[in-house]
Parts: sequence; C-alpha cells; structure tokens
Amino acid sequence: MKVIKSQFEFKGGVHPDYNKELARDQAIENLPVPEELAISMSQHLGAPAKCIVKAGDWVERGQVIGEKAGFISVLVRASASGRVKAVEKRLGPAGGKADCVILDTAAERPADVPAPSAGPVLAPLDWRTASKEDLLKRVEEAGICGMGGAGFPTAVKLNPPPAKRCEYLILNGAECEPYLTADYRVMLERAPRIRLGVEIMRKMLGGPAVRIAIEANKPEAILAMEKAFADIEGNVQIVVLPVLYPQGSEKHQIYATVKRIVPEPPALPIDVGCVVENVGTAAAIADAVELGEPLLSRVTTVSGDAVANPKNIQAPSGTKYADLVKFCGGEKVPPAKVISGGTMMGFAVSTLEIGTTKTTSGLLLLSRKKVFQYSSHPCINCGRCLRACPMNLNPALISKAVDANDIKAAEDAHVMDCIECGACSFGCPAYRTITQSCRRAKNSIRARIAAEKAKAAAAQAKQ
Amino acid sequence: MKPKETAEHYILSSSPHTHANASVSRIMLDVIIALLPTTAAGIWFFGMRAVFVIATCVSAALVTEALCRMAMKRESTVGDLSAVLTGLLLALNLPSSIPLHLAAIGSVFAIAVAKQVFGGLGMNPFNPALAGRAFMLISFTGPMTTWYKPCADAVTTPTPLAAMKPLFHASSVSSPTPHAAEALGQIPSVWNMLIGNMPGCIGEVSAIALATGGAYLLWRKVITWHIPAAFIATAFVYSLIAGGAPAYAQILTGGIMIGAIFMATDYVTSPITATGKLIFGFGCGLLCMLIRQFGSYPEGCSFAILIMNALAPLINRWTQPKPFGAK
Repeated sequence: MKVIKSQFEFKGGVHPDYNKELARDQAIENLPVPEELAISMSQHLGAPAKCIVKAGDWVERGQVIGEKAGFISVLVRASASGRVKAVEKRLGPAGGKADCVILDTAAERPADVPAPSAGPVLAPLDWRTASKEDLLKRVEEAGICGMGGAGFPTAVKLNPPPAKRCEYLILNGAECEPYLTADYRVMLERAPRIRLGVEIMRKMLGGPAVRIAIEANKPEAILAMEKAFADIEGNVQIVVLPVLYPQGSEKHQIYATVKRIVPEPPALPIDVGCVVENVGTAAAIADAVELGEPLLSRVTTVSGDAVANPKNIQAPSGTKYADLVKFCGGEKVPPAKVISGGTMMGFAVSTLEIGTTKTTSGLLLLSRKKVFQYSSHPCINCGRCLRACPMNLNPALISKAVDANDIKAAEDAHVMDCIECGACSFGCPAYRTITQSCRRAKNSIRARIAAEKAKAAAAQAKQ
Repeated sequence: MKPKETAEHYILSSSPHTHANASVSRIMLDVIIALLPTTAAGIWFFGMRAVFVIATCVSAALVTEALCRMAMKRESTVGDLSAVLTGLLLALNLPSSIPLHLAAIGSVFAIAVAKQVFGGLGMNPFNPALAGRAFMLISFTGPMTTWYKPCADAVTTPTPLAAMKPLFHASSVSSPTPHAAEALGQIPSVWNMLIGNMPGCIGEVSAIALATGGAYLLWRKVITWHIPAAFIATAFVYSLIAGGAPAYAQILTGGIMIGAIFMATDYVTSPITATGKLIFGFGCGLLCMLIRQFGSYPEGCSFAILIMNALAPLINRWTQPKPFGAK
C-alpha cells in the first residue's frame, strides 16, 4: 500500500481557524446511558422513519422503534432499554420538527419482561462467506447512514444500480470542519475497525480500488491508517490532501483523489464510478457485520471555548445536548451560541434539549467573544466569494438576485449546484449572508419543482 | 440583518458561524495605505498646494457623504472610509494649481451625484473619483489643464503627454521634424519619470511610488493582477505599434499608472471575474491610447476607464464562471 500526495487541488476554498487543538488529544470516552433520551425518527437524509412504539411501551436496547419509510430512508433502533414516556414532535438541530421517542431509561423493568440475553442484538456474520445481499441487508437492518454529516442511507449507496460500476471506494477522513475531531479520534483509536469496514464495503461493491483521503494536518491519523492497512491486498492508497476547506466535500474529494469530476445535480458520485464513505461509517459497518452491533451510538466532539473540558464522546443516539455538556464538566462561561456540527456548516440551535443523531459529529459552545456578529452591507463586487467558491459559482450574483427576490436569476446562475459550504460568506467583507441566500433560493426552487410535479400528477389523475 | 436571540439567549443565525475578519473599511484602509507613497511624492514635488488640495477634497467628500446619508435617512457610512478614499483619489487626480473651491465642488459631485444618488457604495455605476474629475475637466477646463513645474511654484508648463501628442503624427521619430524634435526634448528623463519629477496631477507622477502601492495591494490580496497588467500591456503594445513617443514614456506619463493600479481596479465599477477583468483592462488600455492619439485631450485615461465602467455589467454577463462539473 502506498501513501501519495494529492496532485489535484480544486479551485477555490478557504482557510478558517481550525481550533482542533481543543479536543484533538482527548481519547474517546463512553457516556453512561443518560436517564432520558430523545430519539429522533429523522436522523438521516430522506423520509423520516415511521415510529412503531407508543407512550407506555417498554423497549429493549436495539429494538426497532422506527421503520424505514421509503427507498431513501433508514430504520431507527432504541439506543437503550427503557419505557417510552412520549412520542412527540420535537425540534431537530436543523430547525424542522420530527417525531421523537422520549425514552425513560431509568424506568424499572416490568416484572413480566425478562431481561434479554447478554448476546449481540443481531447475529454476527462472517463477511468472507456472507453473500453481498446478506451484507447489504445487515447494513440496512443496522440502521446505518453516512456519518460525515449528510446522513445518506448507506445501504442505498453501497448498492449501485447494475449499470453503474464502482471503480473507486473513497474513504473520507478529511474532517475539514473547524473544531471537529471525532473522525480523527476514530482513525487513531479504531483503525483496525475501519480497515475491516473497508474490506466489507470493497466486497459489497465488487472489488473497487480504495483511496483513503486524509488532510495533511493529521499526520498521526495518516500513520495509524498506514499501519492498519499495511498488509492489505489489492489497489489501496492513502491520499494526503492539502489542508483546504471544504476538502471533505464529496465532489472535491473525488477530484482531489482520482481527478474525476461529478457532473451537475442530479448526477451522483457513482456516475463517475466513485463511492465516498466516511471513516466512522466504515467502522459502524464493521461493528454491524462482525459483532452484530447496530448503529446505536456515535462519537461526537464537544468543544468550543465555553465548554469546561472539551471531549470526544461516544454517546447513544438521542443523548440530549445538555447531558453531553454536563459530561464535559459543564459550561466554563455562558455560551452565546450553540452549534450542532462545525462552525462552517453546522446549525445554531436554540436549546440544549435536542437529542443527538447518527450524524451529530460535533456540539460547539461558543462564548460571546468567539461569536461573529454582523450586519450586512451592500455588495461591493470585490470578487472574494467567486474566488472562494469551490463550485466555481458567482455567489455575489446569486445573493443580489435573492435580495431582489429574483429566484429565476439565481437558478440561471446555477444556485442548485451550491453545496452550502459557507466559503462565500466566510470571506465576505460586507458580511453578506450569501450562503443563506443560496439556501433560500434552493428551497424556493425545490418547492416550485415539487409543486409543478404535484400539479402534473393531479392533471394526469384527472384524465 | 441582526442575529436573533432566543429565550435562552443563544444567538441563532445561518451557517457559517465563523469569518475571515475581512471588512469593507479594512479594504478601504489598505487602498489608502497603498496611496501613501504617491501622496508623499505628490507633496514632495508640488509642495503645500498639494496638501491643501488633498485636505479640501477629503473633507468635502466626508461632509458630503454624511449629509447625503442624513438626507436619505440611511445609516451613516462615513466609517467605511470609502468617502475618504474617493476624496483622496480625486485630489491625486487634480493638478496642484487647482483653485480649492473647484476641488471642493468636484469632490461634492463625486460623492453626491456619482455615488450617493445611486444608493451609495456598491451601487454606483461609475468610479466616483473619476466621474468627479471628468465633471471638472468639462466644467473647468482651464484650471484643470494648468500645470505647475514640480518643485517650482507657479511656473506653468505643458505636461509631457501634451508635448508627446504631436509625435503620433510625426513621420518618423528617428529623423524627426524640427517640431517633433522639440517635442522629444520635452520628454523628461526616464529617471525623472520614475520618481515623478515632471508636471502632472498630484498623485500620478511617481511611477515608483504607484508601483509600490500596487505591490502592497497585490500582497494584501486587495486587487488581482488582471486589470493593471492587461491595461498597461495593452497601452504599451499599442504605442509600440502606433509609433510616436517611446512606449515606456506613454506608460510612465499621464494617468496610466494610477489609473491601472488604483482607478480601474475599483471593485464596484469593474467586472468580477478574472476573464472579465482581463477584457476590462484591455479595453481601458486601448481606449486610453485611442484618445491620446486621436482625441482632443492629451490624456485619455479617465475617459477610457469611465467608458469601460459603463461596459462592466455587460462584460460580467459575458464572462460568468462555469460551475465545477458543468458541461
């Protein structure tokens, strides 16, 4: 296996303050199961799972509590045993409301329910002898989705249509978001699990070449992966990427590792023969197959200058942010802003009562002095956003179009290609909320397309 | 838009939650810093008159900016330093002999008519300082074309460009007509052109000082190389082909240096894409030299840039970037 340097730097990108030193050297700690969990049915991209338990039910750890509700969807399992207190709509990190199972894990086990055997939730599989279908089924029933942030259903990604062949499996260890060190710790501490996950995925995808993409600012992770993959057979390389945000973006990582360019949406990486998976997802697949352990918890970086002791915490899905903060020794100073995720793409949240999901890579508490406050000015046409945009768009034009409520002009300027990385707003000297304008335009265009589709369907139904 | 605070007092806003700490006022300050060498050179060569002109333009610009914003019932923008910069740029583009009340009128025009009428910084189609200068050139042609010799008060002289103009039409420079020979003799030495020891506007004479400022702007990433390089290269090649005075003299005299580095690179009034900037710089250089050769003014830089300002939106339309992954 070789370690090579990426030869293909994408255009644009920015260099935010990474602030990773806060949590980088903190080994992963296991959080004891909190007394109450808020397990969301919408932890992934696509249709939220359909909740199949009700208030008063007793659920066992690992029991399915939300069923897959469509092709692009993922089931949800209880991350601990306990009694369902309520099933109610609760605010998620991104602002929308979704069904949440509120689980009382301190409730006493009913006398008529025997304690389950100590064995694994699912039967362990031997990945070498298991069929591709068995492995896919396992990924699906383990409730695995992409753990890098977007939460795309992994079973769908690992099962490309027969006409499309996967030539490269790219393992995403870039973790370019400021503050976050969860993937970094997983690479350091669970390298053999990642390797096993990669071998399983390689089998499922029909033996593609493997590229492990890591940013150059994580030499220890590169070493750990080099050691873990030292004796692997086949075409496997570690690609050291230049430190540049958003290096973790799927499209840009594909370009940086294998110099292929994913066409405009709706094209997917598989259209250029690539599948990109996060390192944490690989470890989760290994656990699901070899140990029979579904995805019930994940590593979340809790950091920021308002946290007493920044940590990387393995916490059950549904752990409330407040419990994570408590585990880190509480607040050092009152936080002015709380962010679910990193500072470039994360969501500012209004409360610590939100539960973690399979994609909660970070929780940041920032004091007033770390919070950037702005009031926007008119665009001065300086062109910094154009130079920063990794998608080579004209963000200035789009934001002016959205200001003028001219969504059509934004669409003509290819706003649907925007990956919402935030590089444009990051460098804007007029503090314009360019990324937000792009989101607004995209949502409005999506709503229009959905309305048109519904109208066409209704017209067809009439005929 | 001000971020909203919630009941628990966490600030809510859309990502990103971090910033490069760039600001409009810092950019303006950088340009002002970059103009300091040429400002100093102007004061050195043209004395206290230059100081008075600069002070008049800057203060008139600031007062006009403040009054306009008050009249428009908008928040004050004096703090963004753009008015200071406009005033300074206008002063640097005036002869030191300009009567101060005329300088003030030009500054008021630049801010009130060329900038605030359109809505202020970011909305103006034309470079305010150049619009102010063009207004003055048309309205007060006499005072605007009276030049003092450097380091010698109140001795008027033609600018090198005015002297060079007939050379475009001279049959041959190597065996010049007596008239052309006299013109050639009026071209300052290369050294004087570089340091700025020649008649001209306060801030346009010292090529070295202007280039130093340009290097600072490139280093600070305030400007990119595209517009100045395309502008100067086009003018240089044009004068090589058109003949007349030596090409380097065309570049080093008149407003090309200050125009290419400081005026044509104005964000608001130039194209936003790299390709657009190259086209814009080429257009400026070409128009400037056409005016110098065929127009009735010896100098063509201001009008060339103003005309290209008008074309900037169109150039933007031609040169939209192609998204990563688009066919």
